[in-house]
Amino acid sequence: MNPLDFKQLRKNLKKDTTGFKPVKLAILGDTSTQTLIRAIKGYGIEYGLDVDLYEADYDQIDLQVFNPESDLYQHDSDQVFLYKSSIKLLTKYYKKSIEEKAHFADSVIEKLEEYIAVLSGRLKANIIIANFIELPDMVFNNYGNKVPHSWIFQIRKLNFKLMELAAAHENVFICDLSSVNNQLGRRESFDPQMYIRTAIASNLKFQPYIAQNLMDIIKTSVGKFKKCLILDLDNTTWGGIIGDDGVEGIQIGSLGAGKAFTELQLWAKNLKDRGIILCICSKNTDHIAREPFKSHPDMVLRLEDIAVFVANWENKADNIRHIQAVLNIGFDSMVFLDDNPFERNLVRQELSEVTVPELPEDPAEYIPYLQQFNLFETTSYSGLDKDRTKQYQVEAKRKKAQTSFASVGDYLKNLNMTAIVSPFDTFHTPRIAQLTQRSNQFNLRTIRYSEKDIKDLIESPNHITMYISLEDKYGDYGLISLIVLEKQGEDQLFIDTWIMSCRVLKRDVEKFVLNEIVKIGVAENRSVIVGERLPTPKNVLVENHYKDLGFTEKDNKWFLAVNNYEAQANFIDKKEPVLG
Amino acid sequence: MQRAEILGKLKDILEEVLDLEDLAVTEETTANDIEDWDSIMHVEIIVAIEEEFDVKFKTAEIVKFKNLSDMITGILDKTA
Repeated sequence: MNPLDFKQLRKNLKKDTTGFKPVKLAILGDTSTQTLIRAIKGYGIEYGLDVDLYEADYDQIDLQVFNPESDLYQHDSDQVFLYKSSIKLLTKYYKKSIEEKAHFADSVIEKLEEYIAVLSGRLKANIIIANFIELPDMVFNNYGNKVPHSWIFQIRKLNFKLMELAAAHENVFICDLSSVNNQLGRRESFDPQMYIRTAIASNLKFQPYIAQNLMDIIKTSVGKFKKCLILDLDNTTWGGIIGDDGVEGIQIGSLGAGKAFTELQLWAKNLKDRGIILCICSKNTDHIAREPFKSHPDMVLRLEDIAVFVANWENKADNIRHIQAVLNIGFDSMVFLDDNPFERNLVRQELSEVTVPELPEDPAEYIPYLQQFNLFETTSYSGLDKDRTKQYQVEAKRKKAQTSFASVGDYLKNLNMTAIVSPFDTFHTPRIAQLTQRSNQFNLRTIRYSEKDIKDLIESPNHITMYISLEDKYGDYGLISLIVLEKQGEDQLFIDTWIMSCRVLKRDVEKFVLNEIVKIGVAENRSVIVGERLPTPKNVLVENHYKDLGFTEKDNKWFLAVNNYEAQANFIDKKEPVLG
Repeated sequence: MQRAEILGKLKDILEEVLDLEDLAVTEETTANDIEDWDSIMHVEIIVAIEEEFDVKFKTAEIVKFKNLSDMITGILDKTA
């Protein structure tokens, strides 16, 4: 949360990094970065990343970028950090003529554009640019805001143009040091003695902040980021206790400290619109806890904003486990907010991967406190993200039903599952190709197909394909399983590809699919179905797939005779495909 | 604080920052006596000392430190 200090970062450097995700990072700076790289490595280890770091000698950015033989390209980095300091820039600026000063920001941006073009041509890397601390030089003072060639005018313009640059290039990110400086102040970010003495442009105390922001961006870009915010209710989402105070008595809006809670809800709502999943985890009676969401006029959050709503008297760690099961995301992608230290510690203890901020006692401090951290760093944003909540709400209803049935069989029966089985078609080709490229867990041979490959398979006389889409009473899962069969020899049917979405695990879909495969075997006059699992680190899930389905093994292949096959029992009804 | 006590704390700081164990130091020890004590580590060492003793050195003072004895005197001057 608060950045680690150098002492802790040094400790991290001694830790064992086996199994950590490797990151190849290059740092190009215009001032000495030797202490900074230690902080960066230490932060990498904090985040479970093994940083292979290349540090250019300082002030060598041009050489490193433009020379195709440079060490930078030998290193073959996947992340490049460009770190130019304001103080150095200011020295350069002072030496310019007034005309040049008026175009100073433009000239810096032009240079950066050149870097981006060359780097992007030679490396497949994210380019992370540190923006500039807007240090006032007090030559024009307040009036500088009216003078286009003044330093303050140019440095602010530069930061603005950097954002435009990042918006225009998918692989360019900004490490927002200016915002960090705004929070901490100039004295914390810059140590004049240090700069004069050592050519290090930032206060040693500030460097962990730089490292943290940089590594936040990098860890997010390699897939480690927060997806879900779990909120407690009483004294977190509103002031007071709903069970005691009632809907009229809780503080929200203009009542009591209500404004602080309104702010928190507005923040949460904006996160939700950005794609963060909101959940509730509260010790309350369910219908009482839901009441404010339905009827309180000042509530910002409504039931439709909440993906999973858990209000009961069970322990919160178990409830978060339930939320995790519904959402099927990692614990390390969850943030839990609760005003009660007991609950926070319980969750920290039981689920150490969940991020649990130490909320201040005074609700007025909640938002300023939370906004100090990059809790919800992201390196992408898609308009579709905001529709996710609905999907999860449907899933939550399913899970709830599951707990109320005596046996799994009863539950599955009650789901009223229907499936459509169809050969691959051109309409679904993009989705099919995407599934073959993305599925890792329930994927027996992990063969990746492009759209072109899929079209070839459709035409191939030696292959038989099918996709399966599934629906139940709660909603439509869409296309969830793929099969590619290859006719081999005179009488064999080889399962080239068997993929299934993990969202439909434990529904006996695989049994249903095997029945369909055998039907094809019969229709094609094939006597043996042959399966194979090519092991990868990610497909352990299907280790016993063929064994469980009654195949027998020989030389790492699995065989099933068609003639005495008994159809596997399941609760899925086959439905005829409809066009469109 | 006594000089010996400060020397002991300096030894701890050096061991911590330089990641060394059982460092043998006297007041006469200089950066040249300790292999890993280079100009970059020096920056971290000075900052660690300033934090430990809650003092702030001027650039002119830092460049005059020739050995640990000078540092101890510097610290004593500020904390007295």
